[in-house]
Amino acid sequence: MTGGLRQGLRTIAGAAHPAVLALLVATSAHAVQPDEILPDPALEQRARDLSKGLRCLVCRNENIDDSNADLARDLRLLVRERLVAGDTDEEVLDFITDRYGEYVLLTPRTGGSNWLLWAAGPAMLVAGLGIGAVFIRRRTRATEAGLSAEEEERLRQILDR
Amino acid sequence: MLNELGHFALVLALAVALVQTVVPLIGAHNRWPGWMAVAEPAANAQLLLVGFAFAALTHGFVTSDFSLKLVTENSHSLKPMLYKVTGVWGNHEGSMLLWILILALFGASAAWFGQALPPTLRARVIAVQGSIGLAFLAFLLFTSNPFLRLAVPPLDGGDLNPLLQDPGLAFHPPFLYLGYVGLSMAFSFAVAALIEGRVDAAWGRWVRPWTLAAWVFLTIGIALGSWWAYYELGWGGFWFWDPVENASFMPWLIAAALLHSAVVVEKRESLKAWTVLLAITAFGFSLIGAFITRSGIITSVHAFATDPERGVFLLAITALFMGGALTLFAARAEALSSRGVFSLLSRESMLVLNNILLAVAAFVVFIGTIWPLVSELLFDRKLSVGAPFFDMAFTPFFVLLGLVLPLGALLPWKRAKLARPVRLLIPACVLALAVLALTFAIQTGRSALAPVGLMLGTWLVAGAAADLWARTGTSGAARLLRLQRSDYGRATAHAGLGVTIIGIAGMLAWQSEDIRVMQEGDSVTLAGYTLSLDGVERVQGPNYISTTGSFALSRGTRTIATLYPEKRFYPVARMPTTEAAIDNGILRDIYVVIGDPQEGGGWAVRSYVKPLANWIWGGAILMAIGGALSLSDRRYRVAAGARKVPDAVAAE
Repeated sequence: MTGGLRQGLRTIAGAAHPAVLALLVATSAHAVQPDEILPDPALEQRARDLSKGLRCLVCRNENIDDSNADLARDLRLLVRERLVAGDTDEEVLDFITDRYGEYVLLTPRTGGSNWLLWAAGPAMLVAGLGIGAVFIRRRTRATEAGLSAEEEERLRQILDR
Repeated sequence: MLNELGHFALVLALAVALVQTVVPLIGAHNRWPGWMAVAEPAANAQLLLVGFAFAALTHGFVTSDFSLKLVTENSHSLKPMLYKVTGVWGNHEGSMLLWILILALFGASAAWFGQALPPTLRARVIAVQGSIGLAFLAFLLFTSNPFLRLAVPPLDGGDLNPLLQDPGLAFHPPFLYLGYVGLSMAFSFAVAALIEGRVDAAWGRWVRPWTLAAWVFLTIGIALGSWWAYYELGWGGFWFWDPVENASFMPWLIAAALLHSAVVVEKRESLKAWTVLLAITAFGFSLIGAFITRSGIITSVHAFATDPERGVFLLAITALFMGGALTLFAARAEALSSRGVFSLLSRESMLVLNNILLAVAAFVVFIGTIWPLVSELLFDRKLSVGAPFFDMAFTPFFVLLGLVLPLGALLPWKRAKLARPVRLLIPACVLALAVLALTFAIQTGRSALAPVGLMLGTWLVAGAAADLWARTGTSGAARLLRLQRSDYGRATAHAGLGVTIIGIAGMLAWQSEDIRVMQEGDSVTLAGYTLSLDGVERVQGPNYISTTGSFALSRGTRTIATLYPEKRFYPVARMPTTEAAIDNGILRDIYVVIGDPQEGGGWAVRSYVKPLANWIWGGAILMAIGGALSLSDRRYRVAAGARKVPDAVAAE
């Protein structure tokens, strides 16, 4: 049903498409269920953290921890199964990625073409600071021109209007 | 009949928009006063026509006229009246009509409040605004006509999505659109100034109130949406970095940058080209937002195929306006050279830094939002970019921004010495570090989120207080009452940012959660609070059936409140919703959700203690109030120009 909830969220901007609304039909599961929770709190916490980084494949951009879809529940149980079997966090993620593809990871991997994504922000910051520094340097060296007489007159006209 | 008249009014509005675009532009080019004067009546006629069409559609919804396809699909005769009205914009076609209505409203306001503008600039601003209206009216009429009739009207409608039947969300779209569309004014001013070939201090001063108003509306709209998500979606999340949310956040960031750079244009005649570019980009992001939300291309590539016509049309509008404006910008760039001289240590430099950080932050959100699409198209790699990426990639820029903000607000223009601002900020700095140490001490073994967030928030709030204190000069507290409203506005908005940061950090770092099956009579203890389930009953609402739990909330022996979380089912839409019960507090929210009945008896119950939750929206309200205070300052009134500038340039 959370698929439905998130549809609603998407409708915030006003675009509820009939085809989308058709998907809103109820299912009755509800995010993490009491019967899913592991007895070991440390293990359960790891499961929750991992779940927050995994995408519910039938929903739109929602993690399996928040999702109410049946498939999300299956994935949550799978994560817990692997943890109980003694997998490390990385092993669990690899296990799931092998079966469902990279699409399931909400944190994109850094390898391959994705370095562009991860480097984009810092690169822009460096570029921005560089351009800003050049601009400020030029401003510090320029001499103040002041307004020409004609401009002074125009400004006065505008402000006195 | 009324529906056909509404449809006809839209067609007339399209014709008027064409006149409003073409005639004043030609008039301004040739300095023909008569042609330029067409702008004002055209803008007014445009508003009247679109307003009439909107009223006609509202009438259709209010009277449940199921011969209208749109009403049938999105309304129901049993729906409460409030949601019949708000249902007008709870769908694609109606919300697009609202968008156009607001566009026309801004065009007409430019005509009403723009009396002080030079006639050619005024004619051009209204003409550019008219051209945007023209594009969107064509979009509405050719791809999304709200007035389509059904040959055989059904007896009743399909109901509005129950999630949207909520006061928080009912008023979220109008505010958001006032913001999105308000940025079209900054765009129109930028393009008009480029056509004129003149960007000066006066231009900076005219464009600022429009941007400020748009930013205030965007702030309120985003906060309402986030608040709604918090109480309605059932687990208390307030921000998901969803493409649709990002679509509203990017214009907000760029508008914030534009607000600050327009000050530099106005007071120091610098950063002109950059400011014009920001004004164009801000509206560009609004258009991209419309495209993202209405084509479905980003959230699901397949949704694009369901309605290629709309997506392509919106993409064409975006390309046309951005391409046109940027080409014009490139052609006129040399007319936009900076004049003011300033040193590295000055308010100008700090505002440049502010703009770099805000623009980079917006860019990170943008690239994260479109990356799944880019990656699939270019690298054939299907992947997701979700909240963890944005948290990691976006937050550092805002932390940096928060760190430098109080200093930047205190530095004087042109050439500054560090001694005075630093002396003024020492108390704020000490306080922030004390909060850091305290937070670090009381929380055990958890992340740095809370200490850093609370420190940053305290630094911003205390910095805003120092900013106000600094304005009093030597005359002390007595002068606090006589400060300019824009000074109060600036301090309030900056403090609001701090409050929001404190809220986000506190809630994310310290929230505690409990999920369990509860029978009637059971109780649960969470973070010192006791919650006991007294009973569950079924209640019949106006258009839903509800399972309502009754929980007694207490701490020690003291009873605090009784909470009634609901699980509702809307039979017409065949859709359940959760209505969380929240005990709001200044320091914490108690949040209870009742889930499904369990096989062995009892109900699944989720309860949360969410520290500082309300600070998130409280801060947003402060930011909006700050913007409104600044807007109400005489010097920045939309119609400003009646009075001389007392100290606009003299802040040295």
